[in-house]
Amino acid sequence: MSKFFATPVRDASTAIADYFVPANAPFSCLVKKGESVRIVDLEGQQAVDTLFYRADDFSERYSSQDTLRVQGSAYVSTGTKLISSEGNLMLTVTADTCGRHDTSAGACSCEANTVRFGHQVKYLHACRENFVIEVMKHGMSKRDVVPNINFFMNVPVEPSGELAIVDGISGPGDYVELKAEMDVLLVISNCPQINNPCNGFNPTPIQVLVFAGEEG
Amino acid sequence: MTVTEDTRLFIEENKRRYAELKAAGQKHAPKALPGPTPRDGAPIPEGAVLHAETIPGGWYWSTPLKAGEALRIRLPHGPAAVSMIAWAAGDKTERLNYADTVKVQWTSALGKGRVLFSDMGRVMFSLIEDTTGFHDALVGGSTAASNRARYGEKALRNTRDNFILAAGKLGYDKRDIPPALTFFAPVRTDADGVFHWLEGKRQTGDFVDLRAEMDLVVALSNCPHPLDPEPDYAPPAVEAIRFRAPAPAADDLCRTATIEAVRGFENNAR
Repeated sequence: MSKFFATPVRDASTAIADYFVPANAPFSCLVKKGESVRIVDLEGQQAVDTLFYRADDFSERYSSQDTLRVQGSAYVSTGTKLISSEGNLMLTVTADTCGRHDTSAGACSCEANTVRFGHQVKYLHACRENFVIEVMKHGMSKRDVVPNINFFMNVPVEPSGELAIVDGISGPGDYVELKAEMDVLLVISNCPQINNPCNGFNPTPIQVLVFAGEEG
Repeated sequence: MTVTEDTRLFIEENKRRYAELKAAGQKHAPKALPGPTPRDGAPIPEGAVLHAETIPGGWYWSTPLKAGEALRIRLPHGPAAVSMIAWAAGDKTERLNYADTVKVQWTSALGKGRVLFSDMGRVMFSLIEDTTGFHDALVGGSTAASNRARYGEKALRNTRDNFILAAGKLGYDKRDIPPALTFFAPVRTDADGVFHWLEGKRQTGDFVDLRAEMDLVVALSNCPHPLDPEPDYAPPAVEAIRFRAPAPAADDLCRTATIEAVRGFENNAR
């Protein structure tokens, strides 16, 4: 698995912040330029829907399409540069013990769930509910919620164009680490979806660690 | 991890429901999609044209499009790519959502018979005619940076700035600009997920017809797609024709092709 590490492996005990995010819950925190954030799938097969906003101007935010265009390919892993809506580098993926993450399929919502699974699932908790709750704490609203990264979610895009959410490949303790290239607000929905295999039908907690930059 | 009896029952119940949903979805077998429209097919009915706009190479245009109207985007002067974003009229927070569009239909290969979803689980457009079946949903349009990378330092018009202008003139701001779909941009992935541009998939006379399924505001940008390998920036003008679409019949292809489309239209009707 060493090919997935672009930086030395950090010891979790050296983190400057350590957050536990319960199953189904929203979360946000600031990550300063130079710091690294690690997202840990504690029990395995847990999709972590994630957005980033420029800390001093939330109108600049993560852009899935700019990220894929710059990369020239469809999956997120070590080396992926996360690009903003203004074309600026926000974060770089520096470590990944899982190997493949999605940024094409967006977040689940109550509304899209009715289309995918039937109207009977309308009143089940969903990622966009988490995103709206969390971004509104920071003065934003639904219009600021854009297609996100799905860490630990496995969505192969076939040469035919077909795509499907299939069983997650992350195991307990798998993590992804990103170095912030600007000050960013990190917003997470720990995905509550129970209608497809993205969370192994059983949403579980995650951990978010922040590490200081090399300079200090 | 120790799984309690309650958790085990919870997982079993969810799995059982997923199996039921999957079976229910598959019982309603998707209609075979018909393949591309012939280039000389689907004439616009006599007297149905409401407006015809020529969008010069590099430029943008926005238009209201009422439910039941359609927009034909056509390439009269050779290969071009047209990026599109759209909002619900009267609620700019409901907008085209490419991620839901590809996810709920299980494909990024949009073509005749497919529909385009808003972020509210409703159908914005039906793709009622399409002569190519090769469009891009994942990569988005050009930007100042992608133009620089392809064409060098000279200032050239790009889709991101076009959409900022279109949104700005509507009283919207940058936060209201969703990711785009690009028609006539033949992009596919290989087995490793690398994007490739497929040459020869578009030519003079190609068109798509997009029927509005709710009242919309639409913005189009006529700029070369960022993955187009053509070294010269020379987008030809494209044509955008707004017309009254024929009323959909009970067995309308786009409204009945998949169970997901059926449920999307049920949301529209609520």
